[in-house]
Amino acid sequence: MSERRLLFLAGAALLCIVAFMTIGLRGNIGFVLALRATKLAALLQVSVSIAISTVIFQTVTNNRILTPSIMGLDALYLFGQMLLVFLLGGLGYAALDAQLKFGGEIVVLMALATGLLSPMLRRRAEMGLMLLAGIIFGILFRSLHSLLARLVDPNDFAVVQGASFANFNDVRTDLLAFASILTIAGIVIAWRARHVLDVIALGADTATGLGISWSRTVTGLLLLVSALVAVSTALVGPVAFFGLLVVALAERVVDTRSHAALMPAAVLTAVIILVGGQTLFQHALGSSSTLGVVIEFVGGLAFLVLLVFGSRK
Amino acid sequence: MIRIENVSLRHGKTQILHDISLTIAKGGITALVGPNGAGKSSLLSLIARLQPLQAGRITVDGFHVDATPNRDLARILAILRQDSIFTSRLRVRELVSFGRFPHGRGRLTPADYAIIDQSLQQFDLTDLADRFIETLSGGQRQRALVAMAFAQETDYLLLDEPLNNLDMYFARELMRSLRRIADENGKTIVIVLHDINQAGAHADRIVALKSGRIVADGAPCDLLTPKTLQAIFGFEMRVETVDDTPVVLHFR
Repeated sequence: MSERRLLFLAGAALLCIVAFMTIGLRGNIGFVLALRATKLAALLQVSVSIAISTVIFQTVTNNRILTPSIMGLDALYLFGQMLLVFLLGGLGYAALDAQLKFGGEIVVLMALATGLLSPMLRRRAEMGLMLLAGIIFGILFRSLHSLLARLVDPNDFAVVQGASFANFNDVRTDLLAFASILTIAGIVIAWRARHVLDVIALGADTATGLGISWSRTVTGLLLLVSALVAVSTALVGPVAFFGLLVVALAERVVDTRSHAALMPAAVLTAVIILVGGQTLFQHALGSSSTLGVVIEFVGGLAFLVLLVFGSRK
Repeated sequence: MIRIENVSLRHGKTQILHDISLTIAKGGITALVGPNGAGKSSLLSLIARLQPLQAGRITVDGFHVDATPNRDLARILAILRQDSIFTSRLRVRELVSFGRFPHGRGRLTPADYAIIDQSLQQFDLTDLADRFIETLSGGQRQRALVAMAFAQETDYLLLDEPLNNLDMYFARELMRSLRRIADENGKTIVIVLHDINQAGAHADRIVALKSGRIVADGAPCDLLTPKTLQAIFGFEMRVETVDDTPVVLHFR
């Protein structure tokens, strides 16, 4: 049952990719195709990293409403960017080797996120507490971000401003090669951990009884989540509700919480929404820059629906 | 053999276990009884390494529970706790198949499927195998959990109040199943029980705890006397012997 539905999702995703590459081809076809291929690569990576990080995060927290970005992980990333500009100045920041900077940021993000979140996850805290703590973390980092934004030189501010809003139209292609190594590593690790994730979902006591070293495993998974969040935030900027929307939809399509089916389904759903949406907006509606807004709007609605009606238990 | 040496446990200022030493031989059913808050569940979760050991030593078959890799321990010892959280959209068969996780890390062989079917049968769950856990009653859910622990095929089985939510019929069925797997499969079962008569009828040995200390230890017919029971629970109760089994009349 779920295999057929996965195949259907895969077909739809492939169709979106073909449409994205081929619709409205004119002029120097080689040049256009190369341009679209890099953009496609970025969108695919964002889909993979957001889908997988959200699935893992929800399993570890035993919670359908939390996503890494609702817990303030991408705000943390942006705060890091701003801190760098503040310390080095806009010129110094721009002069940094992009890949080296990206690598450093990922390491810092992984360390901070794990340090902040793992005490809470040692024992699965109550959902209300987690949500509150996450929102407070998010506000804290966003406030620190805007505090620094007021302190830096306006020219320097312009340097980071571009990174602070989700933009699927203008992706950072210079980081693509480096990010793809992380994404592929993420896929491999997540896929190999699919059975472990199923057991983690049973809760700390049961998982320990079945031979999982709870805190070590959860810490490892959190490191993976923060690396993936860093990838998507670096490539397109912060997206708050996209992961939530994608996982909620995927779960309804495959109708299981088994990770061997849910993770691929979530990735494919993300590809359909991002690549398909981008194609639609670019060619049919003529305003590709608004995709981010629409996705966040629909995702926000999904968040409210889940919050009010509860996820199907 | 489970060997517990000088184990103490405190939560903040509350001392939960005081210097407990206990040896549980291989084979048979050992029941842990005692009033609420006596530390029975804490002792069980220490043996099952669900809580870090603060003082003392616990070994199972010679393996130190706090130093042995978790995965190896999961093949020696299975634990069933009182309150297990569930993910949704999980079928009974899937839950029971998690019992095979310590052996194959999620890859199921034909031998694993046979063991899963056998566990389902053992605990009367074959008809419920394709139901979602969240649609089961408390008692059926409890049996599914015991079946999962059984599918783990460990020599030691620790059960924390497995009779909760079970009606008389299923409580008796569960205790009989446990008796059977102890006798036929040579399992060592340590079980926390509130129903003293279930302990009297099915256990080989009863260990009574009170305020974190062992206050009585022995075979049911030696331990279930009015004097000992008053020392454990703090009130007088009559004990009659019916068909060689002591029956405690604690109802009024």
